[in-house]
Amino acid sequence: MNIGIVVFPGSNCDADTYHAIRDVLGHHAQYVWHEERSLDGLDAVILPGGFSYGDYLRAGAIAATSPAVRALGPYVAGGGLVLGICNGFQTLLETGLLPGAMQPNLGGRFRCEFVHLRTERVDTPFTCGLAPGDVLRIPIAHADGRYVVDPAARPALAAHRQIVFRYCDARGDVTPEANPNGAEDGIAGIASPSGAVLGLMPHPERASEDLVGGTDGLRIFSSLALWITTGRRLSGQPVEVH
Amino acid sequence: MAGGVRTVRIIVTLKPGVLDAPGQAILKGLGALGHSGVQAVRAGRYFEIEVEQSDGLDERVREMCEGFLANTLIEQYRYEIA
Repeated sequence: MNIGIVVFPGSNCDADTYHAIRDVLGHHAQYVWHEERSLDGLDAVILPGGFSYGDYLRAGAIAATSPAVRALGPYVAGGGLVLGICNGFQTLLETGLLPGAMQPNLGGRFRCEFVHLRTERVDTPFTCGLAPGDVLRIPIAHADGRYVVDPAARPALAAHRQIVFRYCDARGDVTPEANPNGAEDGIAGIASPSGAVLGLMPHPERASEDLVGGTDGLRIFSSLALWITTGRRLSGQPVEVH
Repeated sequence: MAGGVRTVRIIVTLKPGVLDAPGQAILKGLGALGHSGVQAVRAGRYFEIEVEQSDGLDERVREMCEGFLANTLIEQYRYEIA
């Protein structure tokens, strides 16, 4: 298994993600500079959190023009898996690989705190080790996390079961109080219809050791490892050989 | 103007109805400074682009806006070519 972590000018969670996958879980990971044009040989690509290009223009907008990100379309078409965390999620929205856009948090504040997430879909490479309804406790750290989607695109989001994580309380109830940023339907993470691409605002790498307050984030990386090492395939997609 | 360099001035704002959090914060700030009667503030971005004159410049500017400078899901743009 070989996970590539793309590094942009302004990434600041790349090392934490590397640490969680490599040092905590013992899998192979490598950094991929954003000017890299080929993603060949990588079982999955992670766009880490941070402030790529200082969030100039819009969060993730400049990163979306980089060679490595522009290679993601063909990479996914060829069977690749992509995880975007926070700024990585924003970047995936800017590329159009995932639908929707991010707006500033309701309330206008940068929110940095633990939240609870309810697992809505488990047949993806990133959630295959979870059960439906599982509640994860993982921190957020963002100013622009209010997910919005074109009303016309909303039915497709539901039809393709693209909502993977929603903000909830400790018991798993999705409530307005548990929603830290005003995201539509409490959406914290969405996937492509096949599940090959997942974006989420919370930071699983920041919940990967008891030392930092919890290990629920590891369950996302462990799911990815389980998916890859057991040779699972996306449903509804042609058989792909890695 | 043919063959010369044109200046394109582009303004990007949130679409009407899309909540403009920075605009609302600025509105509060104006009120705090004692500027009464300010009904609404819409924040946005301004770009000044120097570009070589070419056929289809109008179309190229639209492509720059649609594909990059504005996120047309939530933003609108207008421009002038001088």
